Amino acid sequence: MTALLQPIGRALLSALATTGRLGLFTAQALSHCVRPPFYPRLIGRQMLEIGYYSLPVVGLTAIFTGMVLALQSFTGFTRFNAESAIPNVVVISITRELGPVLAGLMVAGRIGAAMAAEIGTMRVTEQIDALATLSTNPMKYLVAPRLLAGLAMLPLLVLVADVIGVFGGYLVSIYKLGFNPNVYIRNSWNFVEPIDVISGLVKAAVFGFLVALMGCYHGYHSRGGAQGVGTATTNAVVSAAILILTFNYIITELFFAR
Amino acid sequence: MSGRPPKIEIRGLRKSFGPKQVLNGIDLEVGVGESVVVIGGSGSGKSVMLKCLIGLMEPDAGSIKVDGEELVGMDAAERERVRSKFGMLFQGGALFDSLRVWENVGFGLTAGGGMGRAEAKAIALRKLAALGLGPEVGELWPAELSGGMQKRVALARAIATEPEIILFDEPTTGLDPIMGDVINDLIVKCVRDLGATALSITHDMASARRIAHRIAMIYDGRIIWSGPVAEIDRSGNAHVDQFIHGRAEGPIRMPVRPL
Repeated sequence: MTALLQPIGRALLSALATTGRLGLFTAQALSHCVRPPFYPRLIGRQMLEIGYYSLPVVGLTAIFTGMVLALQSFTGFTRFNAESAIPNVVVISITRELGPVLAGLMVAGRIGAAMAAEIGTMRVTEQIDALATLSTNPMKYLVAPRLLAGLAMLPLLVLVADVIGVFGGYLVSIYKLGFNPNVYIRNSWNFVEPIDVISGLVKAAVFGFLVALMGCYHGYHSRGGAQGVGTATTNAVVSAAILILTFNYIITELFFAR
Repeated sequence: MSGRPPKIEIRGLRKSFGPKQVLNGIDLEVGVGESVVVIGGSGSGKSVMLKCLIGLMEPDAGSIKVDGEELVGMDAAERERVRSKFGMLFQGGALFDSLRVWENVGFGLTAGGGMGRAEAKAIALRKLAALGLGPEVGELWPAELSGGMQKRVALARAIATEPEIILFDEPTTGLDPIMGDVINDLIVKCVRDLGATALSITHDMASARRIAHRIAMIYDGRIIWSGPVAEIDRSGNAHVDQFIHGRAEGPIRMPVRPL
Protein backbone atom coordinates (compact mmCIF):
# COMPACT_ATOMS: atom_id res chain seq x y z
CA MET A 1 0.00 0.00 0.00
CA THR A 2 2.75 2.44 0.96
CA ALA A 3 4.65 1.49 -2.20
CA LEU A 4 1.58 2.52 -4.14
CA LEU A 5 1.14 5.86 -2.37
CA GLN A 6 4.79 6.84 -2.35
CA PRO A 7 5.11 8.01 -5.97
CA ILE A 8 1.86 9.96 -5.70
CA GLY A 9 3.05 11.70 -2.57
CA ARG A 10 6.43 12.43 -4.10
CA ALA A 11 4.86 13.91 -7.24
CA LEU A 12 2.51 16.03 -5.13
CA LEU A 13 5.35 17.32 -2.95
CA SER A 14 7.48 18.21 -5.92
CA ALA A 15 4.54 19.99 -7.59
CA LEU A 16 3.95 21.97 -4.41
CA ALA A 17 7.66 22.80 -4.14
CA THR A 18 7.73 24.06 -7.73
CA THR A 19 4.63 26.17 -7.18
CA GLY A 20 6.18 27.65 -4.07
CA ARG A 21 9.47 28.40 -5.81
CA LEU A 22 7.68 30.03 -8.71
CA GLY A 23 5.49 32.06 -6.37
CA LEU A 24 8.51 33.25 -4.42
CA PHE A 25 10.35 34.10 -7.64
CA THR A 26 7.36 36.07 -8.93
CA ALA A 27 6.93 37.98 -5.68
CA GLN A 28 10.64 38.82 -5.57
CA ALA A 29 10.69 39.89 -9.22
CA LEU A 30 7.62 42.11 -8.74
CA SER A 31 9.13 43.78 -5.70
CA HIS A 32 12.24 44.58 -7.75
CA CYS A 33 10.03 46.05 -10.52
CA VAL A 34 8.80 48.80 -8.22
CA ARG A 35 11.95 49.59 -6.20
CA PRO A 36 14.90 51.61 -7.49
CA PRO A 37 17.45 51.47 -9.01
CA PHE A 38 15.75 51.05 -12.38
CA TYR A 39 17.56 50.28 -15.59
CA PRO A 40 15.84 52.35 -18.31
CA ARG A 41 18.41 51.34 -20.96
CA LEU A 42 17.73 47.66 -20.35
CA ILE A 43 13.96 48.14 -20.25
CA GLY A 44 14.19 50.05 -23.54
CA ARG A 45 16.25 47.33 -25.19
CA GLN A 46 13.79 44.64 -24.10
CA MET A 47 10.82 46.73 -25.27
CA LEU A 48 12.42 47.07 -28.68
CA GLU A 49 13.11 43.34 -28.81
CA ILE A 50 9.60 42.33 -27.72
CA GLY A 51 7.54 45.05 -29.37
CA TYR A 52 9.31 46.06 -32.53
CA TYR A 53 11.19 42.96 -33.67
CA SER A 54 8.16 40.73 -33.06
CA LEU A 55 6.00 42.85 -35.39
CA PRO A 56 6.67 40.89 -38.62
CA VAL A 57 5.91 37.48 -37.16
CA VAL A 58 2.85 38.68 -35.23
CA GLY A 59 1.64 40.69 -38.24
CA LEU A 60 1.86 37.68 -40.56
CA THR A 61 0.07 35.49 -38.03
CA ALA A 62 -2.68 38.07 -37.68
CA ILE A 63 -3.27 38.70 -41.38
CA PHE A 64 -3.55 35.02 -42.29
CA THR A 65 -5.76 34.35 -39.29
CA GLY A 66 -8.12 37.16 -40.33
CA MET A 67 -8.15 35.88 -43.91
CA VAL A 68 -8.89 32.28 -43.04
CA LEU A 69 -11.52 33.36 -40.52
CA ALA A 70 -13.45 35.20 -43.23
CA LEU A 71 -13.11 32.29 -45.62
CA GLN A 72 -14.23 29.64 -43.12
CA SER A 73 -17.12 31.73 -41.80
CA PHE A 74 -18.29 32.20 -45.38
CA THR A 75 -18.45 28.47 -46.12
CA GLY A 76 -20.39 27.94 -42.92
CA PHE A 77 -22.66 30.97 -42.98
CA THR A 78 -23.84 30.65 -46.62
CA ARG A 79 -25.84 27.62 -45.53
CA PHE A 80 -27.96 29.85 -43.30
CA ASN A 81 -27.86 32.93 -45.56
CA ALA A 82 -25.91 34.69 -42.81
CA GLU A 83 -22.98 35.98 -44.87
CA SER A 84 -23.62 39.50 -43.60
CA ALA A 85 -22.41 38.40 -40.15
CA ILE A 86 -18.88 37.77 -41.41
CA PRO A 87 -17.48 41.24 -40.51
CA ASN A 88 -18.89 40.85 -37.02
CA VAL A 89 -17.46 37.39 -36.54
CA VAL A 90 -14.06 38.46 -37.78
CA VAL A 91 -13.78 41.57 -35.65
CA ILE A 92 -15.05 39.90 -32.46
CA SER A 93 -12.91 36.78 -32.84
CA ILE A 94 -9.79 38.75 -33.58
CA THR A 95 -10.07 41.37 -30.82
CA ARG A 96 -11.37 39.10 -28.09
CA GLU A 97 -9.52 35.86 -28.67
CA LEU A 98 -7.28 35.24 -31.63
CA GLY A 99 -5.32 38.49 -31.55
CA PRO A 100 -4.06 38.15 -27.97
CA VAL A 101 -3.79 34.36 -27.90
CA LEU A 102 -1.93 33.95 -31.18
CA ALA A 103 0.30 36.95 -30.54
CA GLY A 104 0.99 35.57 -27.07
CA LEU A 105 1.91 32.15 -28.43
CA MET A 106 4.13 33.59 -31.16
CA VAL A 107 5.90 35.83 -28.65
CA ALA A 108 6.29 32.85 -26.29
CA GLY A 109 8.12 31.04 -29.08
CA ARG A 110 10.21 34.02 -30.05
CA ILE A 111 10.86 35.93 -26.84
CA GLY A 112 10.26 33.37 -24.08
CA ALA A 113 12.72 30.99 -25.68
CA ALA A 114 15.33 33.72 -26.23
CA MET A 115 15.03 34.90 -22.62
CA ALA A 116 15.39 31.40 -21.20
CA ALA A 117 18.39 30.66 -23.43
CA GLU A 118 20.14 33.94 -22.65
CA ILE A 119 19.58 33.91 -18.89
CA GLY A 120 20.23 30.16 -18.76
CA THR A 121 23.58 30.60 -20.49
CA MET A 122 24.40 33.43 -18.10
CA ARG A 123 23.60 31.08 -15.23
CA VAL A 124 25.78 28.19 -16.38
CA THR A 125 28.71 30.48 -17.31
CA GLU A 126 28.54 32.12 -13.84
CA GLN A 127 27.61 35.51 -15.29
CA ILE A 128 24.68 35.74 -12.86
CA ASP A 129 27.04 35.08 -9.94
CA ALA A 130 29.38 37.70 -11.38
CA LEU A 131 26.55 40.26 -11.39
CA ALA A 132 25.95 39.64 -7.71
CA THR A 133 29.64 40.15 -6.92
CA LEU A 134 29.57 43.49 -8.78
CA SER A 135 26.95 45.01 -6.43
CA THR A 136 24.13 44.34 -8.88
CA ASN A 137 21.06 42.32 -8.02
CA PRO A 138 20.47 39.84 -10.88
CA MET A 139 16.72 39.88 -10.28
CA LYS A 140 16.66 43.62 -10.70
CA TYR A 141 19.10 43.73 -13.61
CA LEU A 142 17.89 40.73 -15.63
CA VAL A 143 14.37 39.80 -14.59
CA ALA A 144 12.59 43.07 -13.74
CA PRO A 145 13.30 44.82 -17.10
CA ARG A 146 12.03 41.81 -19.03
CA LEU A 147 8.83 41.54 -17.00
CA LEU A 148 8.10 45.24 -17.37
CA ALA A 149 8.82 45.19 -21.09
CA GLY A 150 6.59 42.12 -21.61
CA LEU A 151 3.78 43.71 -19.62
CA ALA A 152 3.99 46.97 -21.55
CA MET A 153 4.67 45.82 -25.08
CA LEU A 154 2.27 42.92 -25.68
CA PRO A 155 -0.85 45.13 -25.50
CA LEU A 156 0.66 47.45 -28.13
CA LEU A 157 1.61 44.48 -30.26
CA VAL A 158 -1.91 43.05 -29.96
CA LEU A 159 -3.46 46.40 -30.88
CA VAL A 160 -1.49 46.31 -34.12
CA ALA A 161 -2.36 42.63 -34.60
CA ASP A 162 -6.09 43.45 -34.16
CA VAL A 163 -5.96 46.01 -36.97
CA ILE A 164 -3.98 43.73 -39.28
CA GLY A 165 -6.22 40.74 -38.52
CA VAL A 166 -9.40 42.66 -39.31
CA PHE A 167 -7.70 43.92 -42.46
CA GLY A 168 -6.97 40.30 -43.46
CA GLY A 169 -10.67 39.46 -43.13
CA TYR A 170 -11.51 42.60 -45.11
CA LEU A 171 -9.17 41.62 -47.96
CA VAL A 172 -10.71 38.18 -48.42
CA SER A 173 -14.27 39.49 -48.04
CA ILE A 174 -13.82 42.26 -50.62
CA TYR A 175 -11.63 40.61 -53.24
CA LYS A 176 -12.80 37.02 -52.99
CA LEU A 177 -16.27 36.99 -51.50
CA GLY A 178 -17.53 40.17 -53.20
CA PHE A 179 -18.48 42.29 -50.17
CA ASN A 180 -18.99 46.04 -50.46
CA PRO A 181 -15.97 47.71 -48.78
CA ASN A 182 -17.99 50.51 -47.15
CA VAL A 183 -20.61 48.17 -45.75
CA TYR A 184 -17.92 45.80 -44.46
CA ILE A 185 -16.06 48.52 -42.60
CA ARG A 186 -19.27 50.09 -41.24
CA ASN A 187 -20.49 46.71 -40.01
CA SER A 188 -17.19 45.93 -38.31
CA TRP A 189 -16.98 49.34 -36.69
CA ASN A 190 -20.58 49.43 -35.47
CA PHE A 191 -20.48 45.94 -34.06
CA VAL A 192 -17.27 46.02 -32.06
CA GLU A 193 -17.61 47.28 -28.47
CA PRO A 194 -14.85 48.89 -26.40
CA ILE A 195 -15.01 45.93 -23.99
CA ASP A 196 -14.05 43.55 -26.82
CA VAL A 197 -10.82 45.40 -27.46
CA ILE A 198 -10.12 46.16 -23.81
CA SER A 199 -10.54 42.54 -22.71
CA GLY A 200 -8.11 41.56 -25.47
CA LEU A 201 -5.55 44.10 -24.30
CA VAL A 202 -5.86 42.99 -20.68
CA LYS A 203 -5.22 39.44 -21.86
CA ALA A 204 -2.22 40.67 -23.84
CA ALA A 205 -0.69 42.35 -20.79
CA VAL A 206 -1.15 39.19 -18.72
CA PHE A 207 0.28 37.00 -21.49
CA GLY A 208 3.26 39.31 -21.96
CA PHE A 209 3.99 39.10 -18.25
CA LEU A 210 3.60 35.29 -18.24
CA VAL A 211 5.88 34.80 -21.26
CA ALA A 212 8.63 36.93 -19.70
CA LEU A 213 8.13 35.32 -16.29
CA MET A 214 8.45 31.79 -17.70
CA GLY A 215 11.47 32.73 -19.80
CA CYS A 216 13.22 34.31 -16.82
CA TYR A 217 12.22 31.65 -14.27
CA HIS A 218 13.37 28.68 -16.32
CA GLY A 219 16.53 30.44 -17.48
CA TYR A 220 17.37 31.56 -13.95
CA HIS A 221 17.06 28.05 -12.55
CA SER A 222 18.76 26.21 -15.39
CA ARG A 223 21.83 24.17 -14.63
CA GLY A 224 24.11 21.59 -16.12
CA GLY A 225 25.58 23.18 -19.22
CA ALA A 226 24.24 23.18 -22.76
CA GLN A 227 21.67 20.47 -22.12
CA GLY A 228 20.29 22.32 -19.12
CA VAL A 229 19.87 25.48 -21.16
CA GLY A 230 18.08 23.47 -23.86
CA THR A 231 15.68 22.02 -21.29
CA ALA A 232 15.09 25.45 -19.80
CA THR A 233 14.22 26.85 -23.23
CA THR A 234 11.74 24.06 -23.95
CA ASN A 235 10.15 24.38 -20.53
CA ALA A 236 9.85 28.14 -20.89
CA VAL A 237 7.95 27.89 -24.18
CA VAL A 238 5.72 24.97 -23.19
CA SER A 239 4.80 26.35 -19.77
CA ALA A 240 4.16 29.82 -21.24
CA ALA A 241 1.87 28.35 -23.90
CA ILE A 242 -0.10 26.33 -21.35
CA LEU A 243 -0.41 29.29 -18.98
CA ILE A 244 -1.54 31.53 -21.85
CA LEU A 245 -4.34 29.14 -22.77
CA THR A 246 -5.34 28.65 -19.13
CA PHE A 247 -5.38 32.34 -18.30
CA ASN A 248 -7.18 33.06 -21.56
CA TYR A 249 -10.10 31.04 -20.30
CA ILE A 250 -9.98 32.55 -16.82
CA ILE A 251 -9.90 36.13 -18.09
CA THR A 252 -12.69 35.45 -20.57
CA GLU A 253 -14.74 34.02 -17.72
CA LEU A 254 -14.07 37.12 -15.60
CA PHE A 255 -15.00 39.53 -18.38
CA PHE A 256 -17.93 37.91 -20.11
CA ALA A 257 -19.51 35.18 -18.00
CA ARG A 258 -22.70 36.05 -16.20
CA MET B 1 49.53 37.64 11.49
CA SER B 2 51.27 39.04 14.46
CA GLY B 3 48.66 40.63 16.68
CA ARG B 4 46.51 42.11 13.90
CA PRO B 5 43.07 40.55 13.54
CA PRO B 6 42.68 38.46 10.39
CA LYS B 7 40.94 39.95 7.36
CA ILE B 8 38.96 36.78 6.80
CA GLU B 9 38.22 34.26 9.52
CA ILE B 10 36.32 31.09 8.70
CA ARG B 11 35.35 28.78 11.56
CA GLY B 12 33.61 25.41 11.43
CA LEU B 13 32.02 26.05 8.05
CA ARG B 14 29.60 23.30 7.02
CA LYS B 15 27.53 22.87 3.90
CA SER B 16 25.79 19.84 2.48
CA PHE B 17 23.70 19.19 -0.58
CA GLY B 18 21.11 16.56 0.24
CA PRO B 19 22.93 13.65 1.84
CA LYS B 20 26.32 14.80 0.50
CA GLN B 21 28.43 16.65 3.06
CA VAL B 22 30.64 18.98 1.00
CA LEU B 23 32.14 21.21 3.66
CA ASN B 24 32.86 19.42 6.90
CA GLY B 25 34.00 22.14 9.25
CA ILE B 26 36.42 24.43 7.41
CA ASP B 27 38.75 26.55 9.55
CA LEU B 28 40.80 29.13 7.69
CA GLU B 29 42.30 32.52 8.42
CA VAL B 30 43.65 35.03 5.96
CA GLY B 31 45.67 37.95 7.31
CA VAL B 32 45.54 41.51 6.03
CA GLY B 33 47.53 41.77 2.79
CA GLU B 34 48.20 38.05 2.77
CA SER B 35 47.75 35.79 -0.25
CA VAL B 36 46.44 32.36 0.65
CA VAL B 37 45.94 29.64 -1.92
CA VAL B 38 43.66 26.72 -1.14
CA ILE B 39 44.58 23.63 -3.11
CA GLY B 40 42.52 20.49 -3.46
CA GLY B 41 41.15 18.04 -5.97
CA SER B 42 37.97 18.35 -7.96
CA GLY B 43 34.90 18.01 -5.78
CA SER B 44 36.83 18.69 -2.58
CA GLY B 45 34.61 21.68 -1.75
CA LYS B 46 36.93 24.56 -2.69
CA SER B 47 34.39 26.28 -4.93
CA VAL B 48 31.59 25.89 -2.41
CA MET B 49 33.80 27.49 0.25
CA LEU B 50 34.43 30.46 -2.02
CA LYS B 51 30.74 30.81 -2.83
CA CYS B 52 29.83 30.78 0.85
CA LEU B 53 32.45 33.43 1.50
CA ILE B 54 31.12 35.85 -1.11
CA GLY B 55 27.51 35.12 -0.21
CA LEU B 56 26.35 33.25 -3.29
CA MET B 57 25.52 30.32 -1.02
CA GLU B 58 24.34 30.22 2.56
CA PRO B 59 26.32 27.76 4.73
CA ASP B 60 24.48 25.31 6.98
CA ALA B 61 26.60 26.08 10.00
CA GLY B 62 29.76 27.85 11.05
CA SER B 63 30.99 31.40 10.99
CA ILE B 64 32.60 33.66 8.39
CA LYS B 65 34.03 36.93 9.63
CA VAL B 66 35.41 39.72 7.46
CA ASP B 67 37.12 42.49 9.41
CA GLY B 68 35.53 40.96 12.49
CA GLU B 69 31.98 41.22 11.11
CA GLU B 70 29.93 38.05 11.05
CA LEU B 71 28.59 37.36 7.55
CA VAL B 72 26.49 34.28 8.23
CA GLY B 73 22.91 35.31 8.84
CA MET B 74 23.53 38.92 7.88
CA ASP B 75 20.59 40.74 6.25
CA ALA B 76 20.65 41.52 2.54
CA ALA B 77 21.48 45.23 2.72
CA GLU B 78 24.37 44.73 5.14
CA ARG B 79 25.59 41.83 3.04
CA GLU B 80 25.62 44.10 -0.01
CA ARG B 81 27.85 46.57 1.83
CA VAL B 82 30.34 43.88 2.90
CA ARG B 83 30.27 42.36 -0.57
CA SER B 84 31.54 45.61 -2.07
CA LYS B 85 34.85 44.88 -0.31
CA PHE B 86 35.24 41.85 -2.56
CA GLY B 87 36.34 41.40 -6.12
CA MET B 88 36.17 38.02 -7.76
CA LEU B 89 37.82 36.45 -10.79
CA PHE B 90 35.63 33.63 -12.04
CA GLN B 91 36.97 30.42 -13.49
CA GLY B 92 35.56 30.94 -16.98
CA GLY B 93 35.90 34.71 -16.77
CA ALA B 94 32.11 35.12 -16.65
CA LEU B 95 32.30 38.26 -18.78
CA PHE B 96 28.91 39.69 -19.78
CA ASP B 97 28.72 38.91 -23.46
CA SER B 98 26.03 41.51 -24.13
CA LEU B 99 28.40 44.29 -23.07
CA ARG B 100 31.60 45.63 -24.60
CA VAL B 101 34.92 44.92 -22.91
CA TRP B 102 35.21 48.36 -21.30
CA GLU B 103 31.59 48.17 -20.09
CA ASN B 104 32.45 44.86 -18.46
CA VAL B 105 35.47 46.31 -16.71
CA GLY B 106 33.58 49.42 -15.62
CA PHE B 107 30.48 47.48 -14.56
CA GLY B 108 31.18 47.56 -10.84
CA LEU B 109 31.90 51.28 -11.02
CA THR B 110 28.63 52.28 -12.71
CA ALA B 111 26.51 49.75 -10.79
CA GLY B 112 23.89 51.41 -8.63
CA GLY B 113 24.53 54.83 -10.19
CA GLY B 114 27.90 55.08 -8.48
CA MET B 115 29.72 56.74 -11.36
CA GLY B 116 28.99 58.21 -14.80
CA ARG B 117 29.75 56.19 -17.92
CA ALA B 118 32.46 58.53 -19.25
CA GLU B 119 34.36 58.46 -15.98
CA ALA B 120 33.97 54.69 -15.67
CA LYS B 121 35.26 54.24 -19.22
CA ALA B 122 38.41 56.24 -18.48
CA ILE B 123 39.11 54.09 -15.42
CA ALA B 124 38.31 50.89 -17.29
CA LEU B 125 40.74 51.74 -20.08
CA ARG B 126 43.41 52.58 -17.53
CA LYS B 127 42.91 49.21 -15.81
CA LEU B 128 43.08 47.42 -19.16
CA ALA B 129 46.29 49.26 -20.03
CA ALA B 130 47.82 48.17 -16.72
CA LEU B 131 47.17 44.58 -17.78
CA GLY B 132 48.73 45.11 -21.19
CA LEU B 133 45.54 45.59 -23.20
CA GLY B 134 45.26 48.63 -25.47
CA PRO B 135 42.24 50.96 -25.72
CA GLU B 136 41.13 49.26 -28.97
CA VAL B 137 40.41 46.12 -26.93
CA GLY B 138 37.94 48.10 -24.85
CA GLU B 139 35.61 48.47 -27.83
CA LEU B 140 35.55 44.75 -28.62
CA TRP B 141 32.96 42.21 -27.46
CA PRO B 142 34.08 39.45 -25.07
CA ALA B 143 33.38 36.76 -27.69
CA GLU B 144 36.04 38.34 -29.94
CA LEU B 145 38.81 37.75 -27.39
CA SER B 146 41.10 34.75 -26.92
CA GLY B 147 40.93 32.79 -23.66
CA GLY B 148 43.96 34.52 -22.20
CA MET B 149 42.67 37.97 -23.07
CA GLN B 150 39.28 37.13 -21.55
CA LYS B 151 41.03 36.17 -18.32
CA ARG B 152 42.90 39.47 -18.32
CA VAL B 153 39.71 41.42 -18.92
CA ALA B 154 38.01 39.47 -16.13
CA LEU B 155 40.96 40.28 -13.88
CA ALA B 156 40.64 43.97 -14.81
CA ARG B 157 36.94 43.81 -13.90
CA ALA B 158 37.71 42.15 -10.57
CA ILE B 159 40.18 44.87 -9.55
CA ALA B 160 38.42 47.89 -11.15
CA THR B 161 36.65 48.85 -7.93
CA GLU B 162 39.93 48.47 -6.00
CA PRO B 163 38.52 45.87 -3.62
CA GLU B 164 40.14 45.05 -0.29
CA ILE B 165 39.76 41.32 -0.86
CA ILE B 166 40.15 39.54 -4.17
CA LEU B 167 39.00 35.96 -4.73
CA PHE B 168 40.49 33.91 -7.55
CA ASP B 169 38.62 30.83 -8.73
CA GLU B 170 41.04 28.59 -10.65
CA PRO B 171 42.74 31.55 -12.33
CA THR B 172 44.92 29.50 -14.70
CA THR B 173 42.53 26.70 -15.64
CA GLY B 174 42.09 26.39 -19.39
CA LEU B 175 45.15 28.48 -20.28
CA ASP B 176 48.40 27.31 -21.84
CA PRO B 177 51.37 27.26 -19.41
CA ILE B 178 52.86 30.50 -20.74
CA MET B 179 49.60 32.44 -20.59
CA GLY B 180 49.02 30.85 -17.19
CA ASP B 181 52.29 32.31 -16.00
CA VAL B 182 51.42 35.72 -17.45
CA ILE B 183 48.18 35.64 -15.46
CA ASN B 184 50.05 34.54 -12.32
CA ASP B 185 52.41 37.50 -12.70
CA LEU B 186 49.51 39.89 -13.19
CA ILE B 187 47.73 38.51 -10.13
CA VAL B 188 50.84 38.95 -7.97
CA LYS B 189 51.31 42.48 -9.31
CA CYS B 190 47.66 43.50 -8.87
CA VAL B 191 47.43 42.16 -5.35
CA ARG B 192 50.67 43.90 -4.37
CA ASP B 193 49.78 47.23 -6.02
CA LEU B 194 46.34 47.32 -4.39
CA GLY B 195 47.66 46.05 -1.08
CA ALA B 196 44.72 43.66 -1.22
CA THR B 197 44.11 40.42 0.60
CA ALA B 198 43.86 37.48 -1.77
CA LEU B 199 42.24 34.08 -1.45
CA SER B 200 42.59 31.72 -4.38
CA ILE B 201 41.53 28.19 -5.08
CA THR B 202 43.36 26.10 -7.62
CA HIS B 203 44.65 22.67 -8.42
CA ASP B 204 47.52 24.08 -10.48
CA MET B 205 50.59 23.75 -8.22
CA ALA B 206 52.78 25.99 -10.40
CA SER B 207 50.21 28.74 -10.02
CA ALA B 208 49.84 28.12 -6.29
CA ARG B 209 53.60 28.40 -5.72
CA ARG B 210 53.73 31.68 -7.67
CA ILE B 211 50.89 33.59 -6.09
CA ALA B 212 50.72 32.24 -2.54
CA HIS B 213 52.30 33.42 0.67
CA ARG B 214 50.62 30.53 2.38
CA ILE B 215 49.05 27.34 1.06
CA ALA B 216 46.21 25.38 2.63
CA MET B 217 45.07 22.00 1.44
CA ILE B 218 41.40 21.05 1.49
CA TYR B 219 40.42 17.40 1.52
CA ASP B 220 37.09 15.81 2.28
CA GLY B 221 35.59 19.16 3.26
CA ARG B 222 38.30 20.04 5.78
CA ILE B 223 41.56 21.95 5.77
CA ILE B 224 44.07 19.17 6.45
CA TRP B 225 47.28 21.17 6.22
CA SER B 226 48.33 24.78 5.97
CA GLY B 227 51.68 26.49 6.02
CA PRO B 228 54.03 28.90 4.27
CA VAL B 229 54.62 28.17 0.61
CA ALA B 230 58.27 27.32 1.27
CA GLU B 231 57.26 24.44 3.53
CA ILE B 232 54.90 22.72 1.13
CA ASP B 233 57.59 20.28 -0.01
CA ARG B 234 58.26 19.10 3.52
CA SER B 235 54.77 19.15 4.92
CA GLY B 236 55.06 15.64 6.29
CA ASN B 237 51.49 15.07 5.21
CA ALA B 238 50.91 12.14 2.88
CA HIS B 239 47.80 13.72 1.32
CA VAL B 240 49.67 16.93 0.50
CA ASP B 241 52.64 15.02 -0.92
CA GLN B 242 50.39 12.96 -3.14
CA PHE B 243 48.61 16.06 -4.40
CA ILE B 244 51.63 18.26 -5.15
CA HIS B 245 53.35 15.44 -6.99
CA GLY B 246 50.17 14.45 -8.79
CA ARG B 247 50.36 10.73 -7.96
CA ALA B 248 47.41 8.43 -8.57
CA GLU B 249 48.58 6.15 -5.71
CA GLY B 250 48.29 7.35 -2.14
CA PRO B 251 45.83 8.07 0.65
CA ILE B 252 43.57 10.19 -1.60
CA ARG B 253 41.25 7.93 -3.50
CA MET B 254 39.50 9.43 -6.49
CA PRO B 255 35.90 8.26 -6.71
CA VAL B 256 36.41 6.46 -10.01
CA ARG B 257 34.36 3.38 -10.69
CA PRO B 258 36.32 0.45 -12.18
CA LEU B 259 35.58 -0.23 -15.83
